[in-house]
Amino acid sequence: MSNSGEAESPLLQCRGVSKSFGAVQAIYKIDFEVRAGEVMALVGDNGAGKSTLIKGIVGIYPFDEGTVEFQGQAVSIGSPREAAALGIEVVYQDLALADNLDVVANMFLGREVTKNGVMNEVAMEHRAQATLESLKVTTLRSVRQTVAGLSGGQRQAVAVAKAVMWGDSKMIILDEPTAALGVAQTRQVLDLVGRLAEQGYGVVIISHNLHDIFEVADRITVLRLGQQVAVMDRRGSTQQDVVHAITAGEMKYVPGMDNQEVAS
Amino acid sequence: MSDDDIRDVEFVDEATGEVLGIDDANQAALAGPGRTAGFAGPTSGVKEYLRQRWDSVKAGELGSLPIIVGLIVIVLVFGTLEDQFLTSRNFTNVLLQMAPIAFLAIGIIFILLIADGEVVTIDLSVAFVAATCGTVLVLLQRPDDPGWPWWAAILAALLLGTAIGLLHALIITKLGVPSFVTTLAGFLVWSGVVLWLTLDFTDAGFIRIQDQRLVDLANKFFEDDWVGWALGAAVVAVYALIRLNDLRSRAARGLTSTPFPIVMAQIVGVAVLSFGAVAIANSDRGVPLVTLILGLFLAFWTFIVSKTRFGRHIYAVGGSPEAARRAGISVDNIRIACFMINGFMAGVGGTILVSRLRSTSSNIAGGNLLLEVIAAAVIGGVSLFGGSGRIIAAFYGALVITSIKNGMELMGLSSGFKFIITGIVLLLAVLVDSISKRRRTQRGLA
Repeated sequence: MSNSGEAESPLLQCRGVSKSFGAVQAIYKIDFEVRAGEVMALVGDNGAGKSTLIKGIVGIYPFDEGTVEFQGQAVSIGSPREAAALGIEVVYQDLALADNLDVVANMFLGREVTKNGVMNEVAMEHRAQATLESLKVTTLRSVRQTVAGLSGGQRQAVAVAKAVMWGDSKMIILDEPTAALGVAQTRQVLDLVGRLAEQGYGVVIISHNLHDIFEVADRITVLRLGQQVAVMDRRGSTQQDVVHAITAGEMKYVPGMDNQEVAS
Repeated sequence: MSDDDIRDVEFVDEATGEVLGIDDANQAALAGPGRTAGFAGPTSGVKEYLRQRWDSVKAGELGSLPIIVGLIVIVLVFGTLEDQFLTSRNFTNVLLQMAPIAFLAIGIIFILLIADGEVVTIDLSVAFVAATCGTVLVLLQRPDDPGWPWWAAILAALLLGTAIGLLHALIITKLGVPSFVTTLAGFLVWSGVVLWLTLDFTDAGFIRIQDQRLVDLANKFFEDDWVGWALGAAVVAVYALIRLNDLRSRAARGLTSTPFPIVMAQIVGVAVLSFGAVAIANSDRGVPLVTLILGLFLAFWTFIVSKTRFGRHIYAVGGSPEAARRAGISVDNIRIACFMINGFMAGVGGTILVSRLRSTSSNIAGGNLLLEVIAAAVIGGVSLFGGSGRIIAAFYGALVITSIKNGMELMGLSSGFKFIITGIVLLLAVLVDSISKRRRTQRGLA
């Protein structure tokens, strides 16, 4: 990929980000980075802080402290709108598609193309179709069928296509994209994830399924109890290593003791 | 060598030496019908099109099918049981009788469309809001007291309806009171207001409309035959223009579309229906003015819901409020707007109602008006579960409900019987909705 030379300046770089909800420290001083053209997996047990980290990045719950850089620029993202404006798109686990609308309407929801106040259906359908084809999504019968009639994998594909369709999308975050899918459909989605990285997007995939992660991820960031305990290269590590990090990874900070690194 | 093969060759020539990527996909999509690689989708075959339509009917997307079946049953049943039913005089009567229901049903559709997931949104007050608006109109136009001109009185009725819709909407969205409860309270309040206006405020109980122009709205016919024919021709021309233009612009971008013979058949069908209706109406008193007004409202709101972003967002809010919210749509604003449209249409319906009765009185919205309005929307194919249904459903549903009522009255059935049969028809319509929704959901999960 053309992006391999840019390894030194990541697409997204979070340094020391923290977020607490009242007395609960959800994440603490996490470092997290994503490069363009790579698939970064984000793993951890329930409550490890994966969702909080993502919600901080896209501005749903902005971080309390720490810095975020996007494309080398320090940014402060206060809302999902601002994240989208920068080119960060999230595909949520529950997909956020409207069942009663067709594929095209869903892909353009909230950003419909209009001409003199009237929706330009032809332009929208044309662009939606081109986007799906660029992602090699070939299983849809028609882009004018309602989402209610799609399989789980097809829905995931539509949601991903929706995220990448916007010309300025640079980073795609996938929240448990294979959680509810069968074998064949998981296959489709993983292929899609790989294709996104090939096309130069920075991809973050949150998953509980290590098998899936080892198929597509380039690197793996492990969170444990709100802290980042490891960043591994997929090629140099085994599933055993990841499981160990998830369950017993070494914490850098003592919970509740500010700025006190664990004496090793 | 077939057409497709030739296009393939051209495409390869163009693409020679090009780097594979998004651009290729764009070119593929641009290259014309048959080049929509990857979509084993609808092509221009009539057979294929019909097969797909049948598949989607089986999967629970029924469209207008229940209505067509229902109308055929009505024509057969009442046509055989009652000589007077299938006469041109009765046809124009039905057109007049259905008008108030149809106007109010248009408004109710906007409420049903925004149902919040499993919770039905409803307006139980619509009949009495309409009655309030109509009564205010009648009071305002009384000569010298205060003697407003007819158009100002109508404007006041429409504004009042819209304001009442806004009031209900604010209580529902900002204070979180369910629509069922809010409008149940509204049902009582506005029926009380009607009683107060007609009994206490004026001490009359019955106020006649003096201005003939107001009476004409719901009672006048176009007696000159040519007007009816011109209206019929306008309907066909507009329909044909929209369909053919759509076909042309889709073909220009290489998108698949409904096969041309099917579109032509649909245009011919619309022509047969509208000219047939005009012919029947002309053989009696002519096309009613109120039918023209209804047609204009149907066309306007159909345009709004199907061609504008606002309309698309209404369906999104009704289908998945969460998806709409994440897409940056203000769900509350859409809901408020829908309640205001419903209130506005209640103003229109109230105007037509008092015009048709040439008066207002203390029991103007008595009887079953509310139930008939909601039944009309549901029978017309608007889902109670939100996010599904077209504006034309108001017309279909009002036609069905009015035909049944009209037929039963011609047969001289007792009130008890009429209630029972109307109730069963409503239940059937809701059953069709529920079952088809279940089919759709099952298919989605499969």
